[in-house]
Amino acid sequence: MSETATLQRPASLAGDALAMTARSIRLSLRNIDGLITALFLPVMLMLLFVYLFGGAIETGTEYVTYVVPGVIVLCAGFGSSLTAVAVTNDMTGGIMDRFRSMDVSGAAVLGGHVVASVARNLMSTVLVILVGFLIGFRPQADAPDVLAAVSVLVLFVVAFSWVAAAVGVLARSPEAAGGFTFFIMFLPYPSSAFVPIDTMPSWIHGFAEHQPMTPVIESMRGLLLGTPVGDSAWLAIAWCAGILAVALAAASVLFRRRIT
Amino acid sequence: MPDQPAIEAVGLEKSFGAVRVLDGVDLRVARGSVFSLLGPNGAGKTTTVRILSTLLPPTAGTARVAGFDIRRQRAEVRRGISVTGQDTAVDELQTGAENLRMMARLHGLRGSAARARAGALLERFDLTEAGDRRVRTYSGGMRRRLDLAASLITQPAVIFLDEPTTGLDPRSRQQVWEVVNELVRNGVTIFLTTQYLEEADRLADQIAVVDGGRIVAQGHAAQLKQQVAGHRLDLVAPDPAAYEGLVHRLGPRATQPAPERLAVSVATDGSANHVRALLDELDPEHRAVARFTVHSATLDDVFLALTGHATTQSQKETAGV
Ligand SMILES: Nc1ncnc2c1ncn2[C@@H]1O[C@H](COP(=O)(O)OP(=O)(O)O)[C@@H](O)[C@H]1O
Ligand SMILES: [Mg+2]
Repeated sequence: MSETATLQRPASLAGDALAMTARSIRLSLRNIDGLITALFLPVMLMLLFVYLFGGAIETGTEYVTYVVPGVIVLCAGFGSSLTAVAVTNDMTGGIMDRFRSMDVSGAAVLGGHVVASVARNLMSTVLVILVGFLIGFRPQADAPDVLAAVSVLVLFVVAFSWVAAAVGVLARSPEAAGGFTFFIMFLPYPSSAFVPIDTMPSWIHGFAEHQPMTPVIESMRGLLLGTPVGDSAWLAIAWCAGILAVALAAASVLFRRRIT
Repeated sequence: MPDQPAIEAVGLEKSFGAVRVLDGVDLRVARGSVFSLLGPNGAGKTTTVRILSTLLPPTAGTARVAGFDIRRQRAEVRRGISVTGQDTAVDELQTGAENLRMMARLHGLRGSAARARAGALLERFDLTEAGDRRVRTYSGGMRRRLDLAASLITQPAVIFLDEPTTGLDPRSRQQVWEVVNELVRNGVTIFLTTQYLEEADRLADQIAVVDGGRIVAQGHAAQLKQQVAGHRLDLVAPDPAAYEGLVHRLGPRATQPAPERLAVSVATDGSANHVRALLDELDPEHRAVARFTVHSATLDDVFLALTGHATTQSQKETAGV
């Protein structure tokens, strides 16, 4: 019993979060099917849009340059589905009980999945940009613009990953968790992601102009192409911060409700 | 302090909505002993374990575990216990060694210390060879052993094991039993749940039989077995008249009467002397018993004796591994 005394579990949120992040990233890398989908589907979609539809779409620039920010945002949809499923697996299996019995906080477990989600998204973003370059994507941005675009993207991915985590806590089965996040994948379509909004039927303009995807995409597009950003950057930040706050609160309330 | 019990629960109740799952559970577990909660599926075993290990708040009642209150001193309780739940709590996509290293890190061990601890546990649970394989490829028994190992990074004062051997083959079951015995030798208190009378009998100092959220009997294994006997004598009569005679002579001792088969049962300790005495008493003219068989008592018999009702069919199916 002497070793017991020397091995008191230290109450370290940072240490736990680190261990949980390492775990989630390892689980992500081992989930080959999910990883391939998350990494390559966005690239496939980009090729599809550019070569199949791009010829018919008038955007004022090279279509690939127009569509890259939209595809990057679309990636977040696939990524969030994986996140929700991973969280649901933890909630419905025995492992959450074990973590809780060790006093590892739910925030550390969910946070680990969110960090892994951000990492997956950045990987798929890099891949989209690389392939984009090969097929003619030519951004006109200096370093501060790129940094600003990356910041908007990270904030966006963090916010939607927490939405996915909250959905994962709520869902009773991995299938339900995957299904719930379908709407996140759908949201970029009625926005300026793939076609300019003014080419859409007028009844949808109101929604398309005032949903979160549009300012996120518009600000990234503006920053990357060196065109005026207007107030879309601030709108994007406000949307993402608001969604993040709501998702965090929902995740924490749902988590507490789920464990009693 | 030393004579303070490791676990003491008073009047634990738990309801999910309108459904009452625990209905006033009182328990007392001495330090360094093995306590077994024995009951069929749905009796409330997992709920009890989750409440005592602070994972679920009770609707009413109090409990102290490892010296601390499960409601007001959750963190202190958690520092003194480990829980191996009914569902295995290891990552399928990590290897056995990775799972254990992760747990070691969560216990504050760094780098080589975590590695060493994981290695030692793999060795102790006979998993060294499988250590670098993903858990997904493990058999049920290996998974269970890894799960146990993961709860023993540090040696806690009280260990909860929720149905640690359900669904395991006899060899794996034996291995789990050996681990339990070894832990007890080190002075750990063990609270384990099971559906198997035999398991409670083999391992536990004290057994509580739980049914429908209530403790229906509690005592040493020997005391309980006196109540339920160890065996059952099944009698078959040659004709309805003889059957009636048997049932009449048995009176309240008769269990599981089946007039359509002319069969009736009675508890016995299983010894030749007792069986012979019973047969002589019930059938002095050697005409009323056509055939007889002796079985060791099943969980059903215990339940019948203690609760007056059998476990339901679905429960039997799950328990009948
Ligand atoms: N979260 C829950 N919500 C509603 N009912 C539950 C919940 N958890 C357990 N129960 C019910 O409580 C009863 C006891 O369950 P449990 O403690 O798991 O029994 P055991 O472990 O002995 O099989 C069962 O009837 C089960 O359906
Ligand atoms: Mg159970």
